[in-house]
Amino acid sequence: MTERHGSSLEIAGLRKSFDDKIVLDGVNLGVRPGESLVIIGGSGAGKSVLLKCILGLIQPDSGTILIDGVDMTDQRSDRTDAVRERIGMLFQGGALFDSMPVWRNITFALTQGRARDSKKMHALAIEMLEKVGLEPRVADLRPAEISGGMQKRVALARAIAANPDLIFFDEPTTGLDPIRANTINQLIRGLVTDLGCTAVTITHDMASAHHIADQVAMLHEGRIVWAGPVDQLDKSGNELVDRFIHGRTD
Amino acid sequence: MTEGFTRLFSPLGAGTLGLFAAIGRTAVFAFRALIAAVTPPYYPARLMQQLITIGYFSLPVVGLTALFTGAALAQQIYVGGERFNAASTVPAVTVIAIVRELAPVLGGLMVAGRVSSAMAAELGTMRVTEQIDALQTLRTDPFQFLVAPRLLAAVIVLPLLTLVANAIGVMGGYLLAVYRLGFNAASYLDTTRAYLELDDIVSSLVKAAVFGFVLALMGCYHGYHTKGGAAGVGTATTNAVVSAFLLILLANLVITVLVFG
Repeated sequence: MTERHGSSLEIAGLRKSFDDKIVLDGVNLGVRPGESLVIIGGSGAGKSVLLKCILGLIQPDSGTILIDGVDMTDQRSDRTDAVRERIGMLFQGGALFDSMPVWRNITFALTQGRARDSKKMHALAIEMLEKVGLEPRVADLRPAEISGGMQKRVALARAIAANPDLIFFDEPTTGLDPIRANTINQLIRGLVTDLGCTAVTITHDMASAHHIADQVAMLHEGRIVWAGPVDQLDKSGNELVDRFIHGRTD
Repeated sequence: MTEGFTRLFSPLGAGTLGLFAAIGRTAVFAFRALIAAVTPPYYPARLMQQLITIGYFSLPVVGLTALFTGAALAQQIYVGGERFNAASTVPAVTVIAIVRELAPVLGGLMVAGRVSSAMAAELGTMRVTEQIDALQTLRTDPFQFLVAPRLLAAVIVLPLLTLVANAIGVMGGYLLAVYRLGFNAASYLDTTRAYLELDDIVSSLVKAAVFGFVLALMGCYHGYHTKGGAAGVGTATTNAVVSAFLLILLANLVITVLVFG
């Protein structure tokens, strides 16, 4: 991978409702280039909707999402396409294309699903597989022929294959054993520390959050209720954060 | 009194609005799909794959349907025709009925049963497992990558399947008439040729192309808008087949009235 500079992300006043259910209620959030932000929050807090708004999969009702100063909510702008080229995404369930072998999945961002430079792409896929701790033989298998944990790592390989500047991870360690989870944590940390990528991760895994994060933000009922450096997480003084990180039900 | 009326008619109003909304959504979806089909990038390999899936793999079911229907039709026309001394009309009526109506309609329905359901299930699964979202984040338009090849393939291949069904359906009638009802083989073929007109074949192919568009559109539309996991995929599949069947029969009526009315 070539060295690069991470992207900045600025979210201001982001709102999204589905019918009369308010999911995002004025989210304000910022990530500096080369920084790793982990978003924590309970189920239904709006984390996935926030991510989908940033990725342009859901149109927000109001608010702005700036990536390197480009407003991503302006669907008509040509500049958003150029920014999207520099974004990678790891979906919670992997979201691998089951009609294609693993190596085509990994190189999809480079080929857009067309058969071009097959030898070169196959070699690149094997290189990416090694980065996520998988054997080269996996390259020629179909997603349905590998385990859920392996699918997750293949999806991670796909997310980083095109050398993105800004990468989103939705529950990157869910479904992995502790050793594999640690490998993924190290890989994500390495992308940020060694290569200068900006990372935004959604996770419930507090061990992973401590490993990956520079900054942590807690989303609760559609609002950011606390944000700060990871070393302040355990002494945030915020009741909601304390309850979440210690798993208290009271 | 007013409340009672509101309670009585509000479901009717909501249903009507829902129907119009669904028609509007389908029209917008079809328009987006057509734009995607003519706008680069194109995916010829995926188009070829769909031509094989929809066309080649539908040949047995379409062929057998046409064969059995042609034979049964010949038998019915013979028995019915005998009542008023018109049993000799078997070859003429068979060829007209097969080419104008039965081959395109039954072929379309059989392919819809096979293909619309498969499209809805595949796209629906892709939707609920976030594969369609993943496509978008990888800067690939799902309409160009998933919908357009299916739509184009169905429009291209249905007329070809119907041509085959026309031939096999006529052959079904011929086999039954010659080997069971005692018709003269050469005379049967001569009569068939004499009554078959170019307009019949053209209308048959036009119908088939429209049915191809309809069945692929319904499969893709319901699959693309799937919600709610495995149950949602099941619902989308059922809705795709039912709506494709109904729209094929409606389109057949409209085309028949326009062409032959």
